[in-house]
Amino acid sequence: MAEKVADSEVSEGLPKYPSPRAARCPFAPPPELLELRDTGKSVVRVETWDGTTPWLATTHAAERELLSDPRLSANIGAPGYPHTTEAMKEHSAHMQPSINNTDGAEHSRWRRMLTSSFTRPRMQKLRPAIQEITDDLIDKMLAGPNPVDLNEALSLPLPSLMICELLGVPYEDHAFFQEHAGATNARFKTAEQGAETTRVLREYIAGLIEAKIDQPGEDVLSDLGERVKAGDLLMEEAAPLGHILLVAGHDTSANMITLGTALLLENPAQLALLRENSGDPKAVANAVEELLRYLTIPHLLARRAVVADIEIDGETIRAGEGVIASLPAGNWDPAAFPEPEKVDLTRKASHHLAFGWGPHQCVGQQLARVELQVVFGTLFRRIPTLRLATDLAELRFKEDSQAYGIYELPVAW
Amino acid sequence: MKVVIEEDKCCAAGQCVAAAPDVFDQRDDDGIVVLLTVHPPDDLAEGVRDAVAMCPAVAIRVEQ
Repeated sequence: MAEKVADSEVSEGLPKYPSPRAARCPFAPPPELLELRDTGKSVVRVETWDGTTPWLATTHAAERELLSDPRLSANIGAPGYPHTTEAMKEHSAHMQPSINNTDGAEHSRWRRMLTSSFTRPRMQKLRPAIQEITDDLIDKMLAGPNPVDLNEALSLPLPSLMICELLGVPYEDHAFFQEHAGATNARFKTAEQGAETTRVLREYIAGLIEAKIDQPGEDVLSDLGERVKAGDLLMEEAAPLGHILLVAGHDTSANMITLGTALLLENPAQLALLRENSGDPKAVANAVEELLRYLTIPHLLARRAVVADIEIDGETIRAGEGVIASLPAGNWDPAAFPEPEKVDLTRKASHHLAFGWGPHQCVGQQLARVELQVVFGTLFRRIPTLRLATDLAELRFKEDSQAYGIYELPVAW
Repeated sequence: MKVVIEEDKCCAAGQCVAAAPDVFDQRDDDGIVVLLTVHPPDDLAEGVRDAVAMCPAVAIRVEQ
């Protein structure tokens, strides 16, 4: 209760977070967010949906500093943690410790159960398989109706097939898990809806792990099953890990493919450059880093609770307060990326924050990179006449989801 | 140039391997960084500096 009073005392006149994007440039971060960054203060207090007043970090340097600082905790149950949704806030009270909500050595233990499956050398070896799936999906797209929704034809099936293969999830279940992943990421769901979709997906994953304990394969869920069988891990701990990987492993990449395609179609000179260089893996890889920077899919992250006072840029952030490091603001910081509003596929952008920063940075980032490099290196080469089949203004952008994207992208050729 | 890594901090993001594959690798069983050479030659120095800048866990540093 005391915390609530304090919030209302300081919230008078504070900027609201998040603010909406400008309709005419839906690929850019919200104008008010960039104005906050331009105030010259790298951390400012904001008021969020539930009336709480966490700090918002908006510069590349401050975000890197804060997200690497052990005085910030990823524990969503810690006092002051700035929750994204009502459902998350409700859920935080009975959240089991796992990879995404622990710190320090405990977090390392969880993380290292998964990292062997997603190393860069391993992901590079998947490139031929990812190329084959991409070519196959584009063949099907070209043989099917024109126009078509790119999400259905390419953006969702490619990363879904790959994460299914890696985890050992049957792809036949994709309609089921894609729907629940969308529900997991929705911002305006009730606490009950959030709890229900989590329960359903975890039961599904637990069932798969049970089956793999009896009949193991070469996949992540089998590895987790082995740990459960050996008594190193409880099923209640293994299922959330599988759940996180399944949701994060396809929904984010899918949004990047769709948004990136729309952005490139709106920037013909950059698209021509990409198409000319599609045979040069380095140029394509560089282009993907710039698309990641420019679009920053996890547009409402990263969030932390402060566990011990921190001094930054002349401000004291106190224990029990929350911090939101705005990844889009950091990725559009002119101090780190000159003329950030320009898409420049030749710029050096690999120090962007699109996969987060600090020890919690995305486990699946090297998989996502290979998927995006293959897709953007192949799609426009295979279909040089690809174009939007609708006006940009008609598209429904996912402001209401934790992962930014476009609900449907009709394309023609 | 001398490269120093802190294994405890490493979060296996793989970014150092992307920046300087002749200097860094990842351990197969947990993805933790493996330093292939402590004193990389000058022509690899830029890649090493990129690796330092790109390491999200701040687990790599360079001593002259």
